[in-house]
Amino acid sequence: MTATDTPTTTPQPVPPRQGPTGRAVAFVRNTWRGLTSMRTALVLLFLLALAAIPGALLPQRSLNAGKVDEYIAARPTLGPFMDKLELFDVFGSFWFTAIYVLLFVSLVGCILPRCVEHFRALRTRPVPAPRNLGRLPHHAETTVGGSPEEVLARVRGQLKGWRIAERAGGPRAKDCELTLSAEKGYLREFGNLVFHISLVGLLFTVAMGKLFGYEGQRILIAHGEEFCTTSPASFDSFRAGVTLDGTGLNPMCIRVNDFEADYLDNGQAEMFTSNIDYQYGDDITSNTWRQAELKVNHPLRVGSDRVYLQGHGFAPTFTVTWPNGETRTETLQFAPDDPRTFLSSGAMRFDPPGGMFPDADERRRNQIAIEGLFAPTAALHGSLLSSAFPKMLDPAVAIDIYKGDAGLDTGSPQSLFSLNGELINQGRLVKQDRVNLKQGESATLADGTQVRFDGATDFVNLQVSHDPAQQWVLVSALAMMAGLLVSLLVKRRRVWVRVYPAGTVAGGERQTVVELGGLARTDQAGWGDEFDRLVARLLGHDAAGSAEEKNR
Amino acid sequence: MIAHETLARYSDWAFESAFAVLVLALVLLVAEYATHRADRVAERELVTAGAPSGGTQVPGRVGGPPTPGRVDGPQSPGRVDGPQSRTMSERLGNMGRALVVVVAALMVASIVLRGFATERFPLGNMYEFVAMACTAAVLFGLVALRKPAYRIMWVYLLVPVLILMFLAATVLYADAAPVVPALRSFWLPIHVTIISIGSGIFLVSGVASLLFLLRIRFPKDAEGSGVFGRVAQRLPDAQTLDRLAYRTTIIAFPLFGAGIILGAIWAEAAWGRFWGWDPKETVSFITWVVYAAYLHARATSGWRNTRAAWINVAGFVAMLFNLFIINMVVSGLHSYAGLT
Repeated sequence: MTATDTPTTTPQPVPPRQGPTGRAVAFVRNTWRGLTSMRTALVLLFLLALAAIPGALLPQRSLNAGKVDEYIAARPTLGPFMDKLELFDVFGSFWFTAIYVLLFVSLVGCILPRCVEHFRALRTRPVPAPRNLGRLPHHAETTVGGSPEEVLARVRGQLKGWRIAERAGGPRAKDCELTLSAEKGYLREFGNLVFHISLVGLLFTVAMGKLFGYEGQRILIAHGEEFCTTSPASFDSFRAGVTLDGTGLNPMCIRVNDFEADYLDNGQAEMFTSNIDYQYGDDITSNTWRQAELKVNHPLRVGSDRVYLQGHGFAPTFTVTWPNGETRTETLQFAPDDPRTFLSSGAMRFDPPGGMFPDADERRRNQIAIEGLFAPTAALHGSLLSSAFPKMLDPAVAIDIYKGDAGLDTGSPQSLFSLNGELINQGRLVKQDRVNLKQGESATLADGTQVRFDGATDFVNLQVSHDPAQQWVLVSALAMMAGLLVSLLVKRRRVWVRVYPAGTVAGGERQTVVELGGLARTDQAGWGDEFDRLVARLLGHDAAGSAEEKNR
Repeated sequence: MIAHETLARYSDWAFESAFAVLVLALVLLVAEYATHRADRVAERELVTAGAPSGGTQVPGRVGGPPTPGRVDGPQSPGRVDGPQSRTMSERLGNMGRALVVVVAALMVASIVLRGFATERFPLGNMYEFVAMACTAAVLFGLVALRKPAYRIMWVYLLVPVLILMFLAATVLYADAAPVVPALRSFWLPIHVTIISIGSGIFLVSGVASLLFLLRIRFPKDAEGSGVFGRVAQRLPDAQTLDRLAYRTTIIAFPLFGAGIILGAIWAEAAWGRFWGWDPKETVSFITWVVYAAYLHARATSGWRNTRAAWINVAGFVAMLFNLFIINMVVSGLHSYAGLT
C-alpha cells in the first residue's frame, strides 16, 4: 500500500469486540462447522485407513497374543515403546477410537441437517425455471401445434413419476407464457441418508454386541465329556462383554458324543464332524437332551447363542502303576503343533495314591510327570518320532518320564502342555527315562513304577458365542448396502419446460414454441441420453434430432 | 480320477492359449496405438479434402470411420468405399480387439473346466482367484470400453491383465485339488466371485485414473515432445477418462462392499465371529474406506480432479496389496493361497 492511497481509503469500521460468551459460542460454532465439513470427513477417512494399516501388518493381541510377545521380545527397546502406543491392540487403541468417534460425530453432524433439508425439499415445489434455458447443460427447442395450455398439458401427461410445478407469467415473461418445473430422483438423497444412518446403526449394534456379548472356548474329550456354561470358570478361555460380571450367562449344557475327521489320501482334511447333545434354557430343568451335529461352517444356533466346532486334537491316555500295584489313569489333551500331521506335544502329572508315603512332603517328592510328543500315525527316523498322517492309524509317543515335584502344589500357575523348566533345573524334578512307546507298551522305572501308554482319543475345541445384537448388525449392513445402491443408481435431475405462442400462425392452427432445459444435479455422466429420450417422448422424434447438448 | 486330470490339463491349456492370444492381441493393439496419431492427421486431411460441405462431420473423431456417403458426397458415386476408408492402424486395432474376445472365451473355458476337474466352484486358491479377476476385467472391459472414444485404452487394460495372468501361471499356480473344510460352503462361490469381479472392475477404474493423471499432466494439444507427452497424445481427453474411472468405481464399490458383508456372514458361520480384524479383513476395510474417500472427494471442491484420481489409484494399490502381500507374506485366516 502506498502513501497516496492512505487518505483515500476510509478506515474499516472495527467490529465490536465480542464478550467472552460470544467468543466461546463462535469458537464452538466454528469448530462444529469445521468438524462437519466434507473436507474434515475426508481427512478423517484417510486417517482411519492409515490407522488401520498397523493392524494388518503388526501382530495383534486379539488374534495371536503369543506372536505379540515374540515380536516384543525380539525388539527390547522398540517393542515396549510400540506396546505403549497400543500398536498391538490397534482396534481398541485410544487413537483409533478417537478417529472413528470423530468421524462419526462429523457424519452425524453432516447427516442431521441434511435429513431436515431433505424433508423440507420433499414438501417444497420444484424451483422456478431459469430465465435462459439455453444456458443449461441440456437444451432443446421446437415449435409444435396447439395452444400453450394444450401443449403443456400434453407434456405434463408424459412426465409421470416427476414432481411437477406449473407457473404462469413471471417478472420478465412473454405473453401467455407458461413454465413447468419437474424434478425427479429424490430417492438419491434418501438412499444416501439411509446409507449413512445405517453406518451409525452398524457401529451402534457392533458396540452393543461388545457390551452384552461373550465368547468362551472349551476343550472336551470327544467321547462323553460334558460341561455347562454356568460361569466363565467352566471355559478354558473366555472373553466377556464390558457389562458382564461373570454371572447371568445363558445356561446351556453340552455333551460331546463323538468326533470324526475325514481326510484325503494326501492328508488334506475334508471335513470335521462332531455329534453333540445339548440342553438349553428350560431343557435343563426338565433334563431334556437334544441332538445336534456340528461341522465346519455349520454351527449350532439356539436362541441368541451359537456353538462352533473350532478345533480338534488328540488326548493320549497313560496309566501309572506303582510298585505296590496301585494305578492311576489320566487322559489329557496334547497341543497339536503341526496342523498337517497332528504331531502333538503335552505333559501329564500323576500324584501317588494317598497312604503310600508317610507325609505330604514325601508324597510330593515322588510325583510322576510325563512330557513329550504324540504322533497319531507314527513314523520313526531312528528313535526320532514324527507323524506321517493326521488320522490315528498307529499312535505312538516319545516321552521323558520324570519323578519328583511336578509343580502341582507350588501355587504358581503351570502350563498344561509342558513341565516347569525351573523345577527341572533346580533338581526338584528328575528325569528317569526317555522312551518311545506304541499303544499298549510300557516303560518301567528303576524303582519299579510302570508307565503305560494306553492309546489316545479325540478332543474337540468348542466355542460358545453369545451376541444379542448380531442380527441387528446384519440388518444395518443390509440397509447400508440398499441405501448405497439407491444413492449411486438414482440420479437427481430437473427438467424445465417453457411454452409460449409462436409469432407466426401456420395454416390457421395455433403454434407454440416449446423450450426444454435439463440439469442433472449430481454427476452428469450419461444423463444426456435420458434427456434426449425425454425430448423425443415429449415433443416427438423430430425435435430430438435437433436437441443440442452441451457436455459441461 | 483320470478324466479329472484330463479336464484339469485342458483347463491349463485353455489358460496358456488365452495368455498366448493375449500377447498377440496386445502386440496388435500396441501397433494400432503407435500408428494412431498419424492416422488421425491423415483422416482429417481426407475429410477436409473429400467433404467440402460436410457441416455436421466432426473432424478427427476418434475411431469413427468417415462414412462414405458423407465424405464423398453423392457427386462422386464411383469411388470405392468401405475397406479403403479403414486405415491400417484401425484394422490392426480391430484384429486385436477381436482377439480379446477370444481371450475372454478361453479364460471362461479355463475356469469352467477347472470347476469340472475339481468338482467344486473354481475359486479355491489364488491362481483361480486371479484368473477369475482377470476374466472379469477383460469381460468388463468389453462392455465398458466398447465406445470408440475408449477403444484406444485397451492397451493399458491388457498390460496389467497380462502381468497378473503371468503371475497366476508362474508364482501362484496350484494344481487342481479339493479345498479345505472351511471353504466347503455355498458362500465360497458367492463371496469370492463377487470380490474377484469387484477387483476386476477396480482394475479398469485404476487404469482409467492413472491415465487421467497422465492426461492432466499433459493436456490435449499441449503434450510437448517428451516420451510421456507423446504417449498421452493418443489418449482420450481428461474428462472422458475421469468419467470412466468414476462410472466403473460406482459399480465396483457396492459390489466390493457386498462382497465384504457376505464374507462377514460367512465368517460368522465358519470362524465363530462376523468380524475379527484378520489381516485380510483389515485391508479390505482399508480399501473400502479409501474408495469411500474417493467418492467423497469427487463431491468436494478442490479435490475433484487430481486428488480424487490419486485416491482412486491408492484404492487400487490397497486392492493389490490385499491380494498379494496379505495372502503371501502376512499369515491369517485367509491364507488359502495353496502355496507351501
